[in-house]
Amino acid sequence: MLDDKQPDALPDPLDVWSDEVFDVLLAADIKHVVYVPDSGHARLIERAIAEPSIKATVLTTEEEGIGVLLGAWLGGERGVLLMQSSGAGNCTNTLSLVQSCRFPFLTLVTMRGEWAEFNGWQKPMASVTEQAFELMDVLVYRAEQTDEAAELVSAVADTVFNGDLAAAVLFSQRMIGRKEWAK
Amino acid sequence: MNLDSSGTLDRRKVVPELLQDRGDLLVVTGLGSPAYDAMAAGDHDANYYLWGGMGSAITIGLGLALAQPKRPVLVLTGDGEMLMGLGALATTGAKHPRNLSVAILDNERYGETGMQLTHTAHGVGLAEVAKACKFDHTEVITEMDEIAPFRQQLQSTDAGLRFAQIKIKAENVEKVLPSRDGVHIKNRFRAHLGFQPL
Repeated sequence: MLDDKQPDALPDPLDVWSDEVFDVLLAADIKHVVYVPDSGHARLIERAIAEPSIKATVLTTEEEGIGVLLGAWLGGERGVLLMQSSGAGNCTNTLSLVQSCRFPFLTLVTMRGEWAEFNGWQKPMASVTEQAFELMDVLVYRAEQTDEAAELVSAVADTVFNGDLAAAVLFSQRMIGRKEWAK
Repeated sequence: MNLDSSGTLDRRKVVPELLQDRGDLLVVTGLGSPAYDAMAAGDHDANYYLWGGMGSAITIGLGLALAQPKRPVLVLTGDGEMLMGLGALATTGAKHPRNLSVAILDNERYGETGMQLTHTAHGVGLAEVAKACKFDHTEVITEMDEIAPFRQQLQSTDAGLRFAQIKIKAENVEKVLPSRDGVHIKNRFRAHLGFQPL
């Protein structure tokens, strides 16, 4: 009976759309998930680590992921870089590899500093995340709603891997949900 | 300028000695002198030369080693380039591919920019950092006869992570330039492994 269900038995909305995105990455033949953790990427990271066909690599800073993905591509494999918006600025010079060597580059970025943000220190980089990528000729797409995430990632992955292009998909902070600070 | 450094080895003798009989070895070089050294030793389709992205040689080597576990991979770079990506030693140690070696040509200088002192000139130990980052075999090479034993280790795809800090003289040598066309080098490298351009 529905009334007997505990609220915590319902799936976390973040897990639902993250699982949809993960299925898209598998379908796109992604073999490398390289990441700097973010709570919004927690489910994707967990799935990547558990998936035998994927090599999951934790980075100390986001720009390392650009090198790892270039190396993987030299070796014939596709990958994706997961980061939060604060990492976009760290990547700027290393993104010159994407232009100079022209290889398919896909990054999924969870936004901070834009919706129900407790920590104002996230705002400076968040407010220029799109521009930071665009400065380095990385195409930027943005998902606002959870139900559009998987379709957008799928479409952008096609663009990247069919066209030898570089693109970032930004996930709005609203999709991630309010972070609890009081606990 | 005072070019005293603690190293005595000749980089143009060290690198040919490292790369002779290279077999299946895939090589990624850092930008600047290590790229010229590799080129001087003989251009090769399985060489990937960087001209930018300083600090990325080791991360590219890591991605390549993970994607090509049956091929041995060598990252050949300088002390300054390695220092810019020092955190990547931790990333590489944590992921721990077993087919990757890193050789640092350590002249204790930023050679491309006018031979300014690097951190190794101030006593920072790169091989010690690598050891702390879970590299299985680390050494500081100061004599030519130590190169051949390290070269033999390069061929292994299951010996774990290897790291050699090779103490070379601080000197300006002839620049032997590889292609600066990153797309060409990328396509050539991938073709060597059997992958076609898009």
